[in-house]
Amino acid sequence: MAETTMTHTSQMEPRPAGWRGIAADWASDQRAFKNVSWGKAMMWIFLLSDTFIFGCFLLSYMTARISTRVPWPNPSEVFALRIGGSEIPLILIAIMTFVLISSSGTMAMAVNFGYRRDRRKTAILMLLTAALGATFVGMQAFEWTKLITEGVRPWGNPWGAAQFGSCFFMITGFHGTHVTIGVIFLIIVARKVWRGDFDIGRPGFFTSRRGRYENVEIMGLYWHFVDLVWVFIFAFFYLW
Amino acid sequence: MVDVTPADAVPPAEVGEVELYHPHSWWTKYVFSQDAKVIAVQYAATATAIGLVALVLSWLMRLQLGFPGTFDFITPEAYYQFITVHGMIMVIYLLTALFLGGFGNYLIPLMVGARDMVFPYVNMLSYWIYLLAVLVLVSSFFAPGGPTGAGWTLYPPQAIMSGTPGGQDWGIILMLSSLILFIVGFTMGGLNYVVTVLQGRTRGMTLMRLPLTVWGIFTATVMALLAFPALFVACVMMLLDRVLGTSFFMPAIVEMGTQLQHNGGSPILFQHLFWFFGHPEVYIVALPAFGIVSDLISTHARKNIFGYRMMVWAIIAIGALSFVVWAHHMYVSGMNPYFGFFFATTTLIIAVPTAIKVYNWVLTLWRGDIHLTIPMLFALAFIVTFVNGGLTGLFLGNVVVDVPLSDTMFVVAHFHMVMGVAPILVIFGAIYHWYPKVTGRMLDETLGRFHFWVTFVGAYLIFFPMHYLGLMGVPRRYAELTDMTIMTDSARHLNSFISIMAFIVGFAQMVFLFNLIWSIRHGREAGGNPWRATTLEWQTPQTPPAHGNFGKELPIVYRWAYDYSVPGAKEDFIPQNVPGDFAPSREPA
Repeated sequence: MAETTMTHTSQMEPRPAGWRGIAADWASDQRAFKNVSWGKAMMWIFLLSDTFIFGCFLLSYMTARISTRVPWPNPSEVFALRIGGSEIPLILIAIMTFVLISSSGTMAMAVNFGYRRDRRKTAILMLLTAALGATFVGMQAFEWTKLITEGVRPWGNPWGAAQFGSCFFMITGFHGTHVTIGVIFLIIVARKVWRGDFDIGRPGFFTSRRGRYENVEIMGLYWHFVDLVWVFIFAFFYLW
Repeated sequence: MVDVTPADAVPPAEVGEVELYHPHSWWTKYVFSQDAKVIAVQYAATATAIGLVALVLSWLMRLQLGFPGTFDFITPEAYYQFITVHGMIMVIYLLTALFLGGFGNYLIPLMVGARDMVFPYVNMLSYWIYLLAVLVLVSSFFAPGGPTGAGWTLYPPQAIMSGTPGGQDWGIILMLSSLILFIVGFTMGGLNYVVTVLQGRTRGMTLMRLPLTVWGIFTATVMALLAFPALFVACVMMLLDRVLGTSFFMPAIVEMGTQLQHNGGSPILFQHLFWFFGHPEVYIVALPAFGIVSDLISTHARKNIFGYRMMVWAIIAIGALSFVVWAHHMYVSGMNPYFGFFFATTTLIIAVPTAIKVYNWVLTLWRGDIHLTIPMLFALAFIVTFVNGGLTGLFLGNVVVDVPLSDTMFVVAHFHMVMGVAPILVIFGAIYHWYPKVTGRMLDETLGRFHFWVTFVGAYLIFFPMHYLGLMGVPRRYAELTDMTIMTDSARHLNSFISIMAFIVGFAQMVFLFNLIWSIRHGREAGGNPWRATTLEWQTPQTPPAHGNFGKELPIVYRWAYDYSVPGAKEDFIPQNVPGDFAPSREPA
């Protein structure tokens, strides 16, 4: 798609006031969201839909947790690591969260350098983001392994309600899948940036559409969303 | 407010021309095509094919109900499989796919004046994943144990227990996998439809000038993007219950004397998730029908739609309200009774915007220049059928009336009238209306009228008696009813009568299919705008429209979609792309 242009406010008809004005703005000519490209609009709407998926997962988990008659395992004990002879609660999760939030920072910097058309820095920062994401998934794999060796299964665990394991594996698994997909796409987009596809307008392999540096930002939207979801999972699953 | 732009005040283009992938070979032109119109035809053909399977399944069910004990091969297990797959196909793989994937793909880009969907490649993937979902569903017929027989609602715990056909075999696994695939595929298409409507319109096409067809499909797609996630989650969780032995939906339960491994799950949670999807789904099917029927009525009554703005707001209001009524499907589920009060209230509030729409259709017809073309006949049939189904909805929306009527044939009659027959009538009308644009030829008129009258009258003869059966207390989802005391002679005879009518109506659909195929070559040449309609899809330089839809220049929109019979105009319609300075536009009401 070609570059979007700024709205010509001088040519716009006078808008009615109040609610009618709001409706008229939304309904205005050609585009409801001015200066928002198709790709960005599509990503936002996808994220809205994905929010409902995670929302349903978390609500189902909460329903299971508040309606169970068997005690729920205590997260700060279950997710503790023995380091240097003392149990440190939630230490791994804290590190994972730190890593993922940091990756949001590197992503934001990548977007910034992308719009400055700094190919090298953009690509490096995107790969750094991907590396942090991969680290997160790796630590999640470590956590899964630890819990599985301790006897947590989707259908039961040694400490209480069977739904603990079911919800844990399902929700972190679904989120981890999102992170993994994000890492893959980060690498793909980073490669395109590195190769200069967005500078020379090289058509995409599948879509035969020319990419733009905005793709870095759209990738970033997805990445920040995955981070934000993690904050909710962290709050509702580990801190509750 | 006169909504006509003078020719010299057209806003400048906000988005430059798009690049389209032009096909290089037969494969990329007809099979792996990125053209929304080809994808639309692919969607429609696939949906029709799988819909025929569902039609045959309904015949098999009627054979059993109408003539119990006569057909040995229809065992109770097979009967349950038939109702389950029939319902699932009709609601999701036929109606949803045909309205959004079929009509959405064909009409949205043409009606908003776009070259194509915003991301044609993703749009193409959407179809192929849908096809995969259909194939997975079909494959369950050939899997050990056959398809699932859990009913289209797939309620746990029975859906994954050994007493239900497919519950401990492959049936339920394939069904859930197919639904997950469908949702993934639909999301790809749905994002395209929404962004195309919001961001891809041509110059002059404000949202308040969109034809109501686009409004209906657009709102339904937004709803689908928010409602399907609940079904997705429910499917994932039930799949885990079935495959990994988790207990999301499975309480502690004893089956055939043995305690199962499951413990502590909530079947009602599934019902909430399912109906949070399931109720909006009703309107995902109904809203495109509302939109399309508005355009059919306006075009064939040569009159502007009455209350265009109210029609738009009613569509939006219905869409929003339909997310807060889901538990009216669960009055007898054992949920908190206070919920019933809330959900009954919201349910009845939906009647307000819906009634606005019905009144506006009727007022559009009032003193119109009504042409009883086949699309118009179907549109009229839709209005009466929808009112009928809506009235029984008032019965079922009230808790006290619903409780005794739950799980009777009254419910079957209600939802078949309101979301089975009514949207299907619109689909037929829409096919007769837009077939000339898709193929360049008219469908045969005589066969069409035969098809209409048999379908319309037949549908009433099938579903009207079911209300009576339901009020007598005849339950639904029973494979064998003969020995029950409620099955009086009249009930048994009615059942046989319904079955015979079902075959006759089914036969009429074969005539329709023949008409569809025969007219591609032998139909009367239609020309570009046989109905003398105003919307942009009839103003394309070629019929059928070429890739890219419009010629070198995209059309510019100067007026709303309903300038029919404008006083002082040369013709009784003014297309949307005709500049506004030569004839006044009638005020939108």
